[in-house]
Formats: sequence, structure tokens, C-alpha cells
Amino acid sequence: MRIFAICIATLAALALAAEPQRPQPMRGGIEFQGPDIQALQADAFANPGSLWVARGAALWEERRGTAAMPCAGCHGKAAASMKGVAARYPKHDAEAGRVIDLEERINLCVTRNQKAPALAWESEPLLALTAHVAAQSNGARVEVAIDGPAAPMYERGRTLYFERQGQLNVACTHCHDGSWGRTLLNERMSQGHPADWPAYRLEWQSLGSLQRRLRACYYGVRAEMPPFGSPDLVALELYLGARAKGLAMSVPGVRR
Amino acid sequence: MRRRAFLLGGAAVASAPLLTHAQALAGVQDIRPLIQSITRGATARSGGIEVELPQLAENGNSVPLRIRTASPMTAAEHVKAIHVLAERNPRPRVATFHFSPASGRAEVATRVRLAGSQTVTVLAELSDNSFRIAEAKVLVTTGACLDDSL
Amino acid sequence: MLGRLQVPPSVRKGEVFEIRVLVQHPMETGFRRDMNGAAIPVNVVDRLACRVGGREVFRAELGTGIAANPYLVFTAVAEASGAVEIEWSDDRGERGQASAMLEVIPT
Repeated sequence: MRIFAICIATLAALALAAEPQRPQPMRGGIEFQGPDIQALQADAFANPGSLWVARGAALWEERRGTAAMPCAGCHGKAAASMKGVAARYPKHDAEAGRVIDLEERINLCVTRNQKAPALAWESEPLLALTAHVAAQSNGARVEVAIDGPAAPMYERGRTLYFERQGQLNVACTHCHDGSWGRTLLNERMSQGHPADWPAYRLEWQSLGSLQRRLRACYYGVRAEMPPFGSPDLVALELYLGARAKGLAMSVPGVRR
Repeated sequence: MRRRAFLLGGAAVASAPLLTHAQALAGVQDIRPLIQSITRGATARSGGIEVELPQLAENGNSVPLRIRTASPMTAAEHVKAIHVLAERNPRPRVATFHFSPASGRAEVATRVRLAGSQTVTVLAELSDNSFRIAEAKVLVTTGACLDDSL
Repeated sequence: MLGRLQVPPSVRKGEVFEIRVLVQHPMETGFRRDMNGAAIPVNVVDRLACRVGGREVFRAELGTGIAANPYLVFTAVAEASGAVEIEWSDDRGERGQASAMLEVIPT
């Protein structure tokens, strides 16, 4: 009887372990910004991130690399071909043989199909293309796959999310599950969702990637920042994507 | 690097002298001499200008500012220019906007940088060379220019 | 230099309408430091002007006190259908422009 009970408990625990714990109720990051920033994000013209989206739309048509191919050459109009795509990233990519985020997927196209050098992390062209592609998923609900070949990266992301780190010795969960909505140094803590990224951060005075934001979180707890492209950052992006399931995307976001 | 900063200190952008870092950190400056240099000694009267600024700005790097005036904007009576001053910024002259009757209204909205909580001063220069003045106070939690960012 | 311009789709003759401009520019203050601790030099859009039907309706002198990616909203009187043109330049001599067609309906 006891073994049966233990089996049930273990199965239940495993089943619960598959899906991430989610804050209740789920709130997008914009809800934790002040009214001026909320107005900025909502204004399609005045949103400073729109400059990167516009640049990305131009780059989409530009021939690149020895293949002299624009993105449009294979993908046609982004509004059609990229609709809903960003909402499913990070995902396992058969070509790459691993879980990759949207920036890495763009660079796979740039290097393999356009036969051009990879775009550097946080470079203007990569930010612009990512913003343009991601914006085609606005309104779509975040839904990433965490089973099959994505499972190990998802588990890695989950481990990182709950792992204490840095001089402050806190884990993501302590702030973003335990203290969301509360005020720290004059700022309201968000739930840590990725749905509005890439985003224009006033502090950076530029659009920036989710990886840049995650690195800033590491810095915030005085931990060593993983380098851009680190599998740990992609794993976290995947876990956060799973945790944000159902939230509608709104790119580019605007944050403090 | 230092020489370039010296040259830029004389550029049109900053007709008021650039402060040293220490002076800027010290806080609010007396901008009355600056106001006097803009009005060429004339006294600016209050009224006729509406300055919209949030009471609390979350981030000094981008603070929405809207200025409206009550001028008829006719050839005989119009606002020629609007000057925006920030007493606590390292360079207190923020911007100058020029209008004519073709503008329809002497109104402008923009986003400014504020280096800390302060009073923002707006001067309207009228076609008869008189001046109007208005002010708005704003609390800035994270200041621009002098607060570090990552 | 990338910039965007927005005007209403159509306006009546004599109507005062809003023009919105957004320019991509870092508006470097000269106070920020790069990864090596060196100060990033001042670099700002210092002049911007708008013409409607060839006539100047607005001019701005800007500096480091204007936020990065400068955003401006101002007005003009609608006279006749034609181009709304914005030109701007920065303190390094880089220039940019944007234009939009304005349809003016006679009253």
C-alpha cells in the first residue's frame, strides 16, 4: 500500500514537474511599467523599437552574401511566412541539431542559405531582423515545445531558473515568482516573461535582445554573466517561454 | 579626448558652458543668467504657456514633454521660438524650437533627458520680442547622463 | 540615417494638422562609458527642419538633453496637397531625410 502511495506521489510529482509553475494570475511585463512607458509601447509610431522593425523590414529585402539572396527570396512577405513563428522559439532545430533561439535561427539562414558571415550578437542588423520577424507574431500566444529533443534543454533551463547564484545568492524564482508586483529600488518587479522581447530599454537607449536582458539579470544579482550565445541563456529562454505559455506577444516591448 | 570635449563645449549645441562632472553632480544650478541671455535682458512674464510633464518620471533617459501656447499665430502676433531649459542637466539648454504662422500652433511634444529631479523651464519668444515663461517640476527616480547603466 | 514621418491620411484646407517624426540616433551625451571605461564622445542630431509644400513650418535645435532616438510632434497649416519633408543633420555632418505625401481636401 505504501509502495503504491509512493508510486502515485512520484508520478504526480513527475507530471507536475513537466509543466513549469506559473504565477497566478499571469501578467505581461508591460503591466509593471509606468503609464508613460505603457503609452509608448502601445503607440506603433512613437515606440522607439519601431525603428528597428522598420530597418529589419528593409534588410528583409536586401540581397546578402555570396548567394546574393534576400530573406524575401525564400520567405516572401514576412507578414505571411513569419506569422506566429517567433512565438514558438526557442525550439529544437533539425539542421542545427540543438535547441536554438530566434537570433540563432536567423544566423543559420544568413550563414547557410545566404552564404554570408554570421551577424554579430546585438549588432544592428541582427536586432533589426529579429525585431522584424518577432513583430510578425504580435498577438500570437507564446507556445514552445519542451518534449522530445527539447526536453534536456528545458530541464537545464528549469534548473537554472531555480538555482541560487551571484553575490546576492538568489534564484530567478525568488524575485519573479516570490516577489512580482512588489517594489525594489523604486521599480515594480515583473513576472519575468519573454513575450515582449526584443524590447527597447530606456536604460540602454536602444533595442536589445532577450539574452542581453537575461545577462543584465545575472549582473543584477552580481553573478558572472554568461556570454552571448551561451547554451545556458538559450535554456533559460526556453524555460521562460514554457512558463509564459498563453501570453500574447507584443514586440517591440518598451521597458525602463 | 579632452580636447574634443573642449571644442564641443563651444558648439552651437551648448551655448552655456559645459559643467565639470563634479559641478553637475552637485545638482541644481542658477539658470537666471541663462534666461537673461536668451531674453536679452527682458523680463519674461508668466502665462500663455502650458507645460506637460509627468509628476514622476520612471527613467530620466526618456521623459515625455508637451508644450502648448495660447498664441493666435498670425503674422502680427505669433510665437517665434520656444526654449527649453533644465536646471539640473549638465547642459541646461535642452532645445530651441522655431515657429511661424505656417506652423498653425506653437506646440511641440518630444522626449527629453533629465539628469535628476528638477524644475524644467520653458520660455516662449514672441514676434514682438517679448517673452513668456512657465515651469514644471518633475521627480526623476533614475537620472540620465550621470547614473550608470549596464 | 533612418527616420520615420507620420502625417494624417488627409486634411481639409486651412486645417492645422499634426506631424510626427522619429529619428534613429543615439544622441550620445558624452557621459557614457564604453566597455573599456573610455567616454563615448558626444554625438547628437543638432538640427531638424520641416517643410510643407516647400515652406518651412518648423525648425529645431537639439542637444544632449533630447532623449535617444529623438521623437518630435508639431503642427502645420494645410494649404495644398503636396510633400511634407523633414531634413535633419547631426554634429558629425551625417544627414537624413524623410517625406510623406499629404492630401489636402479643398473646403
